[in-house]
Amino acid sequence: MKLLTLNFLTCAIKTCKTQPASFPLHPRDAELEIVETDMNLPFLKNILPRLMWDELRTITSELGLPDLPPTPPTRSNLVEGGEKDAVAEEEEQEEVVEEPTQTAKDLHRILLETCIKEGKLVCGACGHEYKVMEGVANFLLPGHLV
Amino acid sequence: MADSETQGPDYEEQHVHTVYEQIASHFSSTRYKPWPVVERFLKGLPDGAVGADVGCGNGKYLAVNPRVFIVGSDRSTNLIKIAKQHHPHSAVVADNLSLPHPNHSFDFAISIAVIHHLSTPARRIDAVKAILELLRPPFRDRKGGTGGRALIYVWALEQKDSRRGWDEGHQQDVMVPWVMKGKKEKAQKKGKALEQDMEYGGAKRGAEDKTFLRYYHLYRKGELESDVAEAGGEIVESGYEKDNWWAIVARKT
Repeated sequence: MKLLTLNFLTCAIKTCKTQPASFPLHPRDAELEIVETDMNLPFLKNILPRLMWDELRTITSELGLPDLPPTPPTRSNLVEGGEKDAVAEEEEQEEVVEEPTQTAKDLHRILLETCIKEGKLVCGACGHEYKVMEGVANFLLPGHLV
Repeated sequence: MADSETQGPDYEEQHVHTVYEQIASHFSSTRYKPWPVVERFLKGLPDGAVGADVGCGNGKYLAVNPRVFIVGSDRSTNLIKIAKQHHPHSAVVADNLSLPHPNHSFDFAISIAVIHHLSTPARRIDAVKAILELLRPPFRDRKGGTGGRALIYVWALEQKDSRRGWDEGHQQDVMVPWVMKGKKEKAQKKGKALEQDMEYGGAKRGAEDKTFLRYYHLYRKGELESDVAEAGGEIVESGYEKDNWWAIVARKT
């Protein structure tokens, strides 16, 4: 399961979800793997405003990965030579292929290629543990917690 | 028929979840063509939109638009193993009545051919509520933004021209067979398959077909809309497409 997913996951228990401590879920005993995928720069730029940066930093530090910068990159930070504004882009008729910066490559590596293969995701509010097996996180609850 | 038995989670475990888990791979091989209304909805989303596919099955709708990000979920681990191959998206195992997503955090959601598998009216309405809860609250901005929208798709009772032939007045809670052909697969690898068949005393031609029964609630005209209203949602657009009722819904303003 790619780490980007954790940006959109919380505890499945209804009474727990509304508590701030239930987000993000905390990886525990995690075995990571790199699953390479094509770099998709427009996708990265678009997903940027949706990232809960501080929470992602918590997760990467808990996983023992290199620290993310304290503040999120801007769209321009992701494009080699900076991002052209929309007007300039329209004027240049030929399509300019944007090259990803090292920042973009790093972000792609962390969010989309770094995956939890085995381990647990733990709710910070209730302590419930969700298993991850063969790269699949399982959020089915036992009957008494539904 | 379903009506004489106790309905609810245990019933669905037996007559829906267990079946999909067993037919996952065969089911998946027959599910690749997106339905037009769903395709239009997904392709019309702004780039970078984030959404959920509740009951994503093998993830066939994850492949439609790579410029958005979708977290798919399904009860069936075997189907999720297939669905997780669609990049850049993601897929997790979850129950649609206990979704593991923060409330009000998605631009869109789809739930295609899913809530008709829930076996009581209350659970079907809860399923709509759970989808509505995912959506960002309604707003209007200068760029024409609107807040979250969800597309829900269910099987219709009114489908007299379909293979099943149900129509108005028919019983709405039905068991629908899924037939796994034993023959074709075996026939290809002759030698070994034949031996096995002999051992089991089966017919020479190959293994027996195996039939699984899945529970469905067939929706009457107007029923989906009334469930949405009951769940506190608003209909943006709704209609009928080839044996199914569909609705695009939003949270109430």
